[in-house]
Amino acid sequence: MVVNATSFSRSGLTDFLLQRVTAVVLGLYALCIIGFLVANPDVDQIRWVRYMTSPVMLVFGTLTILSFAVHAWIGMWTVGTDYLSEHKMGKYASLVRLLYQGFVVLVVFTYLLIGLGVLWRLPAIFL
Amino acid sequence: MQVSIYRFIPDSDSEPRMQDYEYDLPDDRDLMVLEVLENLKAQDPSIGYRRSCREGVCGSDGMNINGQNGLACKTPVSEAVSRDRLVLRPLPGLPVIRDLIVDMSQFYRQYERVEPFLTNDNPRPAQERLQSQEDREKLDGLYECILCACCTTSCPSFWWNPDKFLGPAALLQSYRFLADSRDTATEERLSKLDDPFSVFRCRGVMNCVNACPKDLNPTRAINEIRTLLIKNGT
Repeated sequence: MVVNATSFSRSGLTDFLLQRVTAVVLGLYALCIIGFLVANPDVDQIRWVRYMTSPVMLVFGTLTILSFAVHAWIGMWTVGTDYLSEHKMGKYASLVRLLYQGFVVLVVFTYLLIGLGVLWRLPAIFL
Repeated sequence: MQVSIYRFIPDSDSEPRMQDYEYDLPDDRDLMVLEVLENLKAQDPSIGYRRSCREGVCGSDGMNINGQNGLACKTPVSEAVSRDRLVLRPLPGLPVIRDLIVDMSQFYRQYERVEPFLTNDNPRPAQERLQSQEDREKLDGLYECILCACCTTSCPSFWWNPDKFLGPAALLQSYRFLADSRDTATEERLSKLDDPFSVFRCRGVMNCVNACPKDLNPTRAINEIRTLLIKNGT
């Protein structure tokens, strides 16, 4: 039987709300990036770096990367527990699901570290 | 018309098969799918299916008719048939006992989980627990469910996690008691639904709404439960 032990919060309501709040954060960040590019069609590297390294965008970027990690984990956990269940895969389902979840954790954690590393090294590299 | 019926008799068949029958439809009137089945059973008594009231009240003859879950007794052949062919299969997602008869134990287990009965811890009144007309109207569209399982067995989330996701029929009944002004166990009921599977596996696919032979809307009831959970939990 699929259990809740590895779900993000172990609460359906909390996971449901977190997934939607993080989706809003991701959407707003995308709007900020697209809005900047639309408003500045002749953008050059200096203006782009200045925009991305502003304190507001650094904090917003950090929040976005954390939101991505939470959003991705809840979504991928849901997909895994839908498709990799005993009803579909028999007695090996738990092992397959564990491997899948381990892989997802690795990918999300890698994105998280690289994302935060790139974001916070920008000021040191360019300023 | 050709009628293709899912056949599986565990005593003699090693695996399921489709058996074809030729059927001459009358020119002067439309038949229900159940009437076709009954006439075919008169020719071949080995065909197995459930039926009882034959007027959409008992919910016994739920089956998959040309890819769509529905009650055989309420589905006109003229609406169901495609390219002069009628394909009858058992409700998907439940174990087949024989032919069109499925084992509904899992469906009933989920129904049992929502405690589909009125719970009231106030002192028992002399006659009955009264309800205003407005409060009574809140139960319209909820109490009419006949538990035919057409909705639940058309739901992919139930196919994937039948032991953890309650399914549309059970959730409709859950909301029927959450919405009842006479029920005092709202907190307890909601606390049993706040896990990642019971309610929140509903993806809003709305197959349940499409399949319900009583024109009920389980998706709306599920959204109402979510709203109650949010109000209760935030």
